Amino acid sequence: MRAILLVAGAVFRESVRDRVPYSLVAFAVILMAASYLISQLTAGQDLKIIKDLGLASMSIFGLLIAVFIGIGLVAKEVERRSIFALLVKPMSRDQFLIGKYLGLVLTLIANLGAMTVAYYLVLGYTELTTHVSIKAGWPAPAVDPRLLLAIGMILAELMVVTAVALFFSTFSSPLLATLLTLGLWTAGHFNADLRNFGAVVESEVAAGIALGLYYLLPNLAPFDIKAEVVHGVPVAWSHLGLTLAYAAVYIAALLTTAVLVFRRRDFK
Amino acid sequence: MAAIETEALTKDFPIGFWRPRPYRALESLTLSVGEGEVFGFLGPNGAGKSTTLKLLMQLLYPTSGTARILGRPVGDVSVKRRLGFLPEHPYFYDYLTSEELLTYFASLFGYHGEDRRRRVAAVLDEVGLGAERRLKLRQCSKGMVQRVGLAQAILNEPEVIFLDEPMSGLDPLGRRDVRQLMLRLRARGCTVFFSSHILADAEALCSQVAILAQGRLRAQGRLSELLAFELKGWELVVSDLAADRRAALESRGVRITHIDHDRCTLELPATPGPEALVHELAGGGARVVSLMPVRDTLEDLFVREVAAGGRRDTEGL
Ligand SMILES: Nc1ncnc2c1ncn2[C@@H]1O[C@H](COP(=O)(O)OP(=O)(O)OP(=O)(O)O)[C@@H](O)[C@H]1O
Ligand SMILES: [Mg+2]
Repeated sequence: MRAILLVAGAVFRESVRDRVPYSLVAFAVILMAASYLISQLTAGQDLKIIKDLGLASMSIFGLLIAVFIGIGLVAKEVERRSIFALLVKPMSRDQFLIGKYLGLVLTLIANLGAMTVAYYLVLGYTELTTHVSIKAGWPAPAVDPRLLLAIGMILAELMVVTAVALFFSTFSSPLLATLLTLGLWTAGHFNADLRNFGAVVESEVAAGIALGLYYLLPNLAPFDIKAEVVHGVPVAWSHLGLTLAYAAVYIAALLTTAVLVFRRRDFK
Repeated sequence: MAAIETEALTKDFPIGFWRPRPYRALESLTLSVGEGEVFGFLGPNGAGKSTTLKLLMQLLYPTSGTARILGRPVGDVSVKRRLGFLPEHPYFYDYLTSEELLTYFASLFGYHGEDRRRRVAAVLDEVGLGAERRLKLRQCSKGMVQRVGLAQAILNEPEVIFLDEPMSGLDPLGRRDVRQLMLRLRARGCTVFFSSHILADAEALCSQVAILAQGRLRAQGRLSELLAFELKGWELVVSDLAADRRAALESRGVRITHIDHDRCTLELPATPGPEALVHELAGGGARVVSLMPVRDTLEDLFVREVAAGGRRDTEGL
């Protein structure tokens, strides 16, 4: 366990030093600030714009951080051979991989946390500067704690994506792993369509394949509760619970497979 | 008990993307290195030295054969605690300083707090990086990174240390430092297994060597024994050699070279021994200045063993 935490700590420290996440977080914060200016053009009517843009930038920039750092964690370490000195230290390859995953999740939490603080500052400022009559028309308050739910689900989704990235990077090159992960993320958001595919096509085989893919590919659409939260529509707790349980199972399956692949791997 | 043992260790790499064929990088290597030995693992480029080291570190899995370190199968976590490894062309994390990197590795070895700080400082000084310890590794020169690599290999006071070309990238002073480091390790009872191209280093440091070429073991043993077999002849320096004696010797096929006006060197074959001739010359009034056996150097042995394998050319491809 100690080894896992040490590896995780090193990942966190290295990513804190890395310029990439900073620039991504900074960019997200700029976008949030810009959304405030845009909303001003409509005289504060469009709190929605601020909320939407903010959540969207968290999920996109979070994705970029998860993919680029996530891939770098293992694939780059293998490619640059920094892994040689590390793997001969007294720990197993399993511990190494799990430590990397934990470290990246920590990094994601820190980055999302920073973005969340900026987000609430922009929203708080909007709250203060908007006239009461306009506020009355808002479906939800500006500083709405329910936004944290949406952000939490973004984090859960990113944890799945990170596990995907880690899985690919245990056996393919950094570039290939990046493409595969981004591909799977895209597929994950249209996954629900695969389930309905069977009803549309004649061929049993095609329908079977579609159903197989549906279960194999990550199903990421349920993690997206941004619109509901922004519009003040209630989200069922059971939906959140089930989605989180799904995330846990999917992550566990991916990490187990990644560990099994990684155990037998040759480092050349 | 042997510190390092391999038995019929073999490694194939698949080459070719479309229809991979196995390429044998290491063929049935059987070695045994006793505790406390300094073992030089020599061979030309592509001989399979790094492959062997990676198999011993379980960075590669063997196609067949087994390897044991300190009596346990390779990859055993309890044995990893007692090992040090310097990879070939080491590379570490760009954003960490050498001090941070070593602190991280020391934690993995189970060092804590003040103990850890002292250990890291000690190894940094030992490899001569005390002044550069706060420099990001990205800003380090090649030789500095090599020293960081050495520092992390000795961090846990290993019982067995594996060094893949420890002298590579180092300046003459650095090489001397590494030689001294290896002597200190030996004095502490540590088994040192190192690969190298620099035969002079091997000759100066090793108690045993193995020569590998094209994945096959060509020679192995104590340096003194490997080279003792190869007595090539004798070099006899005499003075006051009378001219008629000299002519007589030359006619018997002895090569004579003048050093100065009254001394000359006689080159004698290994057999028969030089004793009879020395006796004969002394009787004739000449004086023996020195008598030296001419042996093979490690380089002669290396060239012979490696050349025996032949080169594989493109055949004018
Ligand atoms: N990943 C790989 N795929 C295919 N062949 C490989 C691979 N790694 C090494 N080889 C081959 O295995 C052989 C041994 O390589 P190795 O790196 O062990 O040599 P070496 O003795 O360390 O050489 P050097 O002195 O140049 O470091 C070489 O012929 C090399 O081409
Ligand atoms: Mg090598």
